[in-house]
Amino acid sequence: MKSFKLDGLVLPLFGVACVLLAWTVSSATWAKDLPSPLKTWESSKPYIMEPFAKRGEMDQGILRFSWYSLKLVAQGYAIALIIGTPIGFFLGLSKTFTKTFDPIIQVLRPVSPLAWLPLGLVLFLSTGKDAGTYGALFTIAICSMWPTVLNTAVGVRAVPQDYLNVGKVLKLSRWKTLTKILIPATLPYMFTGFRLSLGISWLVIVAAEMLTGRPGVGGFLWQEYNSLVYEHIILSIITIGVIGFILDRLMSLVEARFKAIS
Amino acid sequence: MSRFLDISQLIKTFPTPKGPLTVVRDFNLGVKKGEFITLIGHSGCGKSTVLSMVAGLTDLTEGGIILAGKEVTGAGPDRGVVFQAPCLLPWYTAFENVMLGVDQVYYTATSLERRQIAEYYLTIVGLGDSMHKRPSELSQGMRQRCGIARAFALSPKMLLLDEPFGMLDSLTKYELQDVLLDLWQRDQKTALMVTHDVDEALYLSDRVVMMTDGPEATVGDILEVNFPRPRTRKQLMEDPEYYRLREHLIGFLEERSHLRPGKPAAVAAAH
Amino acid sequence: MAFLELKNVSKSFGGQRVLSDINLSIQEGEFVAIVGYSGQGKTTLINLVAGLIKPDHGEVSLEGKIVTGPGPDRGLVFQNYSLLPWLTVGENIALAVDQVFPEWTAAQRLAHIDKYIAMVKLSHAKDRLPKQLSGGMRQRVSVARTLAINPRILLLDEPLGALDALTRGTLQDEIAHIWQTERKTVVLITNSVDEALLLADRIIPLTIGPGATLGESIPVTLDRPRDRKGVNHDPEFKRLRALVTNQLLAFNASRKVSLTQKLIRPDILPENLEAPRVNRPPRRPGEEKQEVIVSS
Repeated sequence: MKSFKLDGLVLPLFGVACVLLAWTVSSATWAKDLPSPLKTWESSKPYIMEPFAKRGEMDQGILRFSWYSLKLVAQGYAIALIIGTPIGFFLGLSKTFTKTFDPIIQVLRPVSPLAWLPLGLVLFLSTGKDAGTYGALFTIAICSMWPTVLNTAVGVRAVPQDYLNVGKVLKLSRWKTLTKILIPATLPYMFTGFRLSLGISWLVIVAAEMLTGRPGVGGFLWQEYNSLVYEHIILSIITIGVIGFILDRLMSLVEARFKAIS
Repeated sequence: MSRFLDISQLIKTFPTPKGPLTVVRDFNLGVKKGEFITLIGHSGCGKSTVLSMVAGLTDLTEGGIILAGKEVTGAGPDRGVVFQAPCLLPWYTAFENVMLGVDQVYYTATSLERRQIAEYYLTIVGLGDSMHKRPSELSQGMRQRCGIARAFALSPKMLLLDEPFGMLDSLTKYELQDVLLDLWQRDQKTALMVTHDVDEALYLSDRVVMMTDGPEATVGDILEVNFPRPRTRKQLMEDPEYYRLREHLIGFLEERSHLRPGKPAAVAAAH
Repeated sequence: MAFLELKNVSKSFGGQRVLSDINLSIQEGEFVAIVGYSGQGKTTLINLVAGLIKPDHGEVSLEGKIVTGPGPDRGLVFQNYSLLPWLTVGENIALAVDQVFPEWTAAQRLAHIDKYIAMVKLSHAKDRLPKQLSGGMRQRVSVARTLAINPRILLLDEPLGALDALTRGTLQDEIAHIWQTERKTVVLITNSVDEALLLADRIIPLTIGPGATLGESIPVTLDRPRDRKGVNHDPEFKRLRALVTNQLLAFNASRKVSLTQKLIRPDILPENLEAPRVNRPPRRPGEEKQEVIVSS
């Protein structure tokens, strides 16, 4: 029991301490512009201690900024799942569909969020003030969709023939075969895709906010860089990392639940 | 002889990169209603392919299969199949797995009647206390019990069993053979089973059909097993006839299974 | 003094007693088969002898020395072959031989490896990878690897359980043959009465858990080599087969519970799913139309 505590708690804390040490040494020696951990803490304190304060458009508590970002991510991510899952099913079920659309998917997949965003802004130019929001949603959706699409397709192709035979012997209708066999059998794969998609959404939001200057963790980071408050850049980075980690953990828990069932 | 299942001149050819491969050729078999038949042969001899064609899961290349006066053209719940791996859907409980089929074939019945049918068969196979568990919580033997319950619950015309106990240890196998025999006698079903276990074939069946080695496998020999029913393992093991039949089967598998029976007509048909 | 001895050994996992009061003594050169149901602690028993787990009570000793951990004096063969997939047959065996006989010259080791590959009749497949072998061949490699480290005792944990009947038979004959030439002490764990009868000098049934223990030894005095087909004539074989089987079935009968639940089987017939769906109550057997059976 003792050794377990050591592994689970003391070792990660030791790792954090190592990084803090390297950071302190760096800021004192070769990287004079890098604020030290202590200075960062001092300067970030109001943002952390009053996480939901709203002092101005770009001067808000860190959790309030995070909330803005998360809200946008949730919307973009939802769009990605709603579009991506059926596409994945079609790819998995139909060879013709795969032959038609797989090449274009493979071409679009590696395109960076930074490249999509300007196109998104152009697409929604007519909405005026909201173009930034729609452009960001478009970028999140199109970038984070691919893992869901591809994993769902792999999952559908991997449904064991034995399960499909059960459906055949029982003469299940198409609808019943889909809901009782195909979807449950594919769920574990789908959730792997969902988890990866969520990770990408979170990456994209920061980039989108930086480019559009929307209030949010990314927007805050960019603004503070421009106003030379380097402590807040570090605060933003840590916040982005912690939230990303929590999101991934939550999805892993859900994923593990589905894997345990099948 | 009135035949309930009639397999005649069955041929199955699979395409392979090296050209077509004939797995089964000139397979003929008639089964009476209520009979328990086992197909015995080495692995890969095509016995499972024959079963799969009767089940309608594999298309036949030539010949015909007639079940209860109707030609078999596809899969359907009138033939209950028990696979080697029980193929339970892992996201449903044992009960829900059985209900999936029961809801299909008894769609005119009330939901109470449907539930009673599933509960009846699950209890008889010995899953009375664990029918609401998922397959992952059941042992291999219990999963196969569920597979048997699922097949019987649909009240099929015929039971098709593809090495149902092949993955179980020999003692669990004994228990399940008794479960199967009990249900088969209760419901008076016609059964066709594939196995490579000599003792299993002798304990369960009325006739043992020995298949020659593939490719071009066919019926090599048929053994009548006339022990009185209900059979007990103890009584069988004390019967000298049992060991005579056992030796005959082992002898066929070890020495004669690679010989095709001399059938000039069949050879002529091959060209 | 016995070669391998277990004295009052018991073992529990998570509060559940798996084995209790296991007493076993095996002479050098003896072939003993332990027969029992799955999940009743057979593998736990082998793991205790192998030193992979420690008993809660009692002790396991080999040649008078108490077993405290695993060692090359006990060779284990499992049901899954545990071969490294990226090494060839020869390399898999070499890995074990190099480990156990580091003082030998390369030539000595090579000759040793070849000898055991030949013993399991795999000389032609020495340079193949495990995935290019059938299940039976893989298990032979596993046997050769175990024999090559020259263990004092061979522990076979359902080694043939995953193989089909014919391959199983061939490998049983080979194990019997190797045992007769090498004269190793062997403990075989199996669930097959026939396998035990064909191979062992002595059969020990394992009762049903929780708290499984060993039943009375049954000596097998059939002449060797034993022929799987010929033994069917042998009254002694039949007697032993009935004896062991009945004993195991009797163990199992003791754990069956009687049914008191009342069951209802509604007397209804399944619908024909090929016909269009109908809207009426289910048919009952009394209403069934006479079936026409084609006669030939």
